[in-house]
Amino acid sequence: MFSNILIYFVVIPLVMLGALGLCRNIRQIRAVAVTGSLALTALSVYLLVEYIALRGAGATAPMLFTGTWSWFTPLNINLAVGVDGISVAMLLLSSIILLTGSFASWKIQPMTKEFFLWLILLSTGVFGFFISIDLFTMFMFYEVALIPMYLLIGVWGSGNKNYSAMKLTLMLMGGSAFLMLGLIGIYYHSAPAGEPLTWNLLEIAANSSIDKSWQYFLFPMTFVGFGVLGAMFPFHTWSPDGHASAPTAVSMLHAGVLMKLGGYGCFRVAIYLMPEAAHDLAWIFLILTGISVVYGAFSACVQTDLKYINAYSSVSHCGLVLFAILMLNTTAMTGAIMQMLSHGLMTALFFALIGMIYGRTHTRDIRLMGGLMQIMPFLAVCYVIAGFASLGLPGLSGFVAEMTIFVGSFEHADMFHRVFTIVACCSIVITAVYILRVVGKLLFGPVYDQHHLALTDAEWWERTSTITLILCVAAIGCFPNFFADVIRFTFSPEIFTVIGMH
Amino acid sequence: MEATLPILILAIPLFMFLLLGLLGNKMSHKMAGILGTAGMGVTLVLAYITAFTYFFSGNPDFVSAEGQHLQYVVFNVDWLQFYKDLVIRIGFLLDPISALLLVVITTISFMVHLYSNGYMRDHHGVYERGFQRFYAFLALFSFSMLGLVVATNIFQMYIFWELVGASSYLLIGFYYIKPSAVSASKKAFIVTRFADLGFLIGILILSYYTGTFNFTDLTSSAVADSSNVFAVNIATSEHIRNIFASSAAPVFMGGSVLTWALVLIFMGGMGKSAMLPLHIWLPDAMEGPTPVSALIHAATMVVAGVYLVARLFPLYLMEETALVIITVVGAITAFYAAMVACTQVDIKRVLAFSTISQIAFMMVSLGVARPEIHEGLGYMASMFHLFTHAMFKALLFLGAGALIHAIGSNDYTEMHGLRKYMPITHITFLIGCLAIAGIIPFSGFFSKDEILSSCMGYNWVAYVWMSLVAGLTAFYMFRLYFLIFWWKEHPVREGHHAPHDQPWTMSVPLIFLAAVSVVAGFVPFGNLVSWNGEPYDFMKHFNWNVATVSLVVAIIGIGIAMVMYRKENPLPDKMQRAFPALWRWCFHRFYWDELYQFITHKIIFARVCRPIAWFDRHVIDGTMDGFAIVTNKVSWAIRGLQSGRVQMYVWIYLIGALLLGTVTAVCLL
Repeated sequence: MFSNILIYFVVIPLVMLGALGLCRNIRQIRAVAVTGSLALTALSVYLLVEYIALRGAGATAPMLFTGTWSWFTPLNINLAVGVDGISVAMLLLSSIILLTGSFASWKIQPMTKEFFLWLILLSTGVFGFFISIDLFTMFMFYEVALIPMYLLIGVWGSGNKNYSAMKLTLMLMGGSAFLMLGLIGIYYHSAPAGEPLTWNLLEIAANSSIDKSWQYFLFPMTFVGFGVLGAMFPFHTWSPDGHASAPTAVSMLHAGVLMKLGGYGCFRVAIYLMPEAAHDLAWIFLILTGISVVYGAFSACVQTDLKYINAYSSVSHCGLVLFAILMLNTTAMTGAIMQMLSHGLMTALFFALIGMIYGRTHTRDIRLMGGLMQIMPFLAVCYVIAGFASLGLPGLSGFVAEMTIFVGSFEHADMFHRVFTIVACCSIVITAVYILRVVGKLLFGPVYDQHHLALTDAEWWERTSTITLILCVAAIGCFPNFFADVIRFTFSPEIFTVIGMH
Repeated sequence: MEATLPILILAIPLFMFLLLGLLGNKMSHKMAGILGTAGMGVTLVLAYITAFTYFFSGNPDFVSAEGQHLQYVVFNVDWLQFYKDLVIRIGFLLDPISALLLVVITTISFMVHLYSNGYMRDHHGVYERGFQRFYAFLALFSFSMLGLVVATNIFQMYIFWELVGASSYLLIGFYYIKPSAVSASKKAFIVTRFADLGFLIGILILSYYTGTFNFTDLTSSAVADSSNVFAVNIATSEHIRNIFASSAAPVFMGGSVLTWALVLIFMGGMGKSAMLPLHIWLPDAMEGPTPVSALIHAATMVVAGVYLVARLFPLYLMEETALVIITVVGAITAFYAAMVACTQVDIKRVLAFSTISQIAFMMVSLGVARPEIHEGLGYMASMFHLFTHAMFKALLFLGAGALIHAIGSNDYTEMHGLRKYMPITHITFLIGCLAIAGIIPFSGFFSKDEILSSCMGYNWVAYVWMSLVAGLTAFYMFRLYFLIFWWKEHPVREGHHAPHDQPWTMSVPLIFLAAVSVVAGFVPFGNLVSWNGEPYDFMKHFNWNVATVSLVVAIIGIGIAMVMYRKENPLPDKMQRAFPALWRWCFHRFYWDELYQFITHKIIFARVCRPIAWFDRHVIDGTMDGFAIVTNKVSWAIRGLQSGRVQMYVWIYLIGALLLGTVTAVCLL
């Protein structure tokens, strides 16, 4: 079992949890968090290299590094792991965000140890989710990732934290309920009559035994279930409140990684396993996600709380992820995954910066701040870069992702898809409006509050955190083909057999 | 051709940007200025060598045996693959117009780099705050603009187009402490972003139907079997038109999809080139430091729209509608901007509106260019005017910068009578004014004359209209000139505070650009640039009547300006009172800004954004909260049933049993 490299993505966090339990002071806690997340980052980089080498050597299986260990035989539940390019990319994203999140929580108070315990437990769920190919274990890890949110927000949060924590947890649990129904439904149709049922994704896809009428029922179940976490309109309202109340690292992990679980699940489970229903019903969700894209952007234009702006911006950007996934063609879906990477990194960067600014000024209201460029130039410049990434400046990650999505979406020549593509394109203008509004108000202009003049610029751990994220954003933006190639393989028509896929 | 030089042309400015951006604060101001200027100087030399090699080496890669200039792809690397054939590449395309623009951009950019060494200091030689950042942004801009003009495909152009927009944003907002600079930069970015939306959709349409982004596939065909040499070829565009004419491409709202694509792409050009109604950002962009206005908002970035149309010109030739739209938009803009320029007080705003008007000249010139009208004179004239305009407008802006630097204000009412104090500025500014007014033998005369000849060949309305605008141009430029240098004596006459000429770093660019403005008209431009690369003999199409008329019109314009503004007199006030409404509308720029203000704030923010935000909080979120509240209420309501009182349970049990028994009995019987 331990010869499989993927297992270590769960083992390392578990070891970290044990080590954290033994820690006696904050230095040790930091050491554990940083060492562990560095180890995870190294592991995912190694995995990426190995993965590319294997594909280069001609491996054509949909999933590599597969392994199955029986867990609960009566129900055919296994611990089954395996990764493709997308999972590898997601693992890399998660580890980087965990690493930078640890740096960003350098001074978290109170109960530092408990905070990191829950944070690492959350990451265990995230990593477990991305390596699983068994629906049951996948769902289990999904829940493991969700529950700690409640405590992380409820205890370490700010503002109206009890309400937000409760709302976020309940709404996501509501999504989980749909999801569980959907997954059980899939299980009972996972094999042709008379053959043993299975939870394994690959086997279910190979059997393709879910008949069409059941697909019509199960597809919306799973898509909405995951879509709630992917902030799909109208199930997105947990996001602004949740993000606003969450502490910095939790916002980073939640927007950067957890919301990606939603998008990932949508194509990995809902579309991959039920291609016929996906093809027939995509239009319903295209309308919803198309609305998400502009609706989130318009809402962001008039918010005054930095985190609300960013949360609505996430609704818009994550809407674009689901929108692109529903286009059901290689280019757009590749773009969707790139958008997931891009959004994960830049939102994490945004939330890190907002946390750092909030930690100094003790307000997130843009009406009460101004001219921060003169006071904390480093943070301000990083904020501008994050803003540029968000509004899609070439050379940073947002541009390549959005362009891939738009070009892919435009492959549909019918009026319906065209109109919605153009509507989605409009978001590039609205995004520019709200980003520049914040940048202009918050960073430029004269200093609003004279008390802010006494504030200091970023500390070294904050610099480490933001510079790492900026480098990643720039790497994707400058060398997009490298990432696109890793991702694209999964969406090739041989593997992703959706009707009309090209 | 070796790819080393072209790569360096792009790499050096990029490197300078990173160097000055990251390490600028670690080095002295002076060091940063010298490094930035030296970097641009090297780029300038390399670009000159490249352009010279391209035009004059006679290499068969560049010139065919018949003397036709060819398009040569120096390098082209994959950057992002969408699907099998649709790839964004980053490359370097060498052809007459890209070589021309290489020269223009590096020249102006170098002059601006040099000039800023003097300009970005106060009178005691103390450098401005953010001096290093300024040079970093200038380098970023130069990199982006060079990348834009050498683009081998339309998506590369779009990428650098966006980068140019961002560097423009950063430079307009250079004085970020000033709220007016912040809002001007924001406005510039958002307005051009809106235009880029059109550009993007145009690209999507075009690439979907043609299956390519490459300019060479769209407008030219390969020469012989050489893989990277192409000749502009109308037959290729015929092929593209056949694609659109086939049944696969639908007609949308009465226009062919190609028309839509081209018009949308032109919309992108309208944004960058500040054509009506997307011009509103350019006058505000004058909030940036003046050298930036000279470089970005006069000579290079704002002509990107013209360059875009010129780049796709063989495609535009296929679609009469698109060309007519270009002509009409250009003609209206030219007139509008010239009218407004006559009334502005801020000297940079006058120059800004003048820029808008002159770019509109170039647009009109492209719009009226046809192979059958003087063998495509309009195209050549447009590029020629782009070149001469870049030189004399940069000169005028740098001259204005010298004035502003000396006086400390943008307002001509604080200048007046400066000719004695600043002789170099005075003479060079006068040369710039003569050039833009189109007085023989200054460069503007030649290029403007060609544009007018081309309009004449198109139809007489265009000709009369554009001649009128040319007259207005002469008037408003000399109005400005007389108000700055004549009118009345300057109030501050003596002592240390008297305005004086600038350090050599600022004078050299002025003198150089003035010299170019004098001689540029004699460049045998037709031999170098024409719509299909074939050498063009301009003298064959030279029309003395047009030349004489335009000269007379210009002199009349100058004459009126002289009468009105040479010496202090009440005539301007009388004119203003004679046409109060006209004057007010011109002075307020026909209220476009107010209109946009209304649309964005009163409609988009107040009627779209706020209701959506309200809807989200109160309806969508309210529903979710509603579920929670209902659940809570129901729980409270039924919690009484679990009271723990045994008598109650017994009663309920009995009633339940009785009911159940009755129902069973009824069912069984």
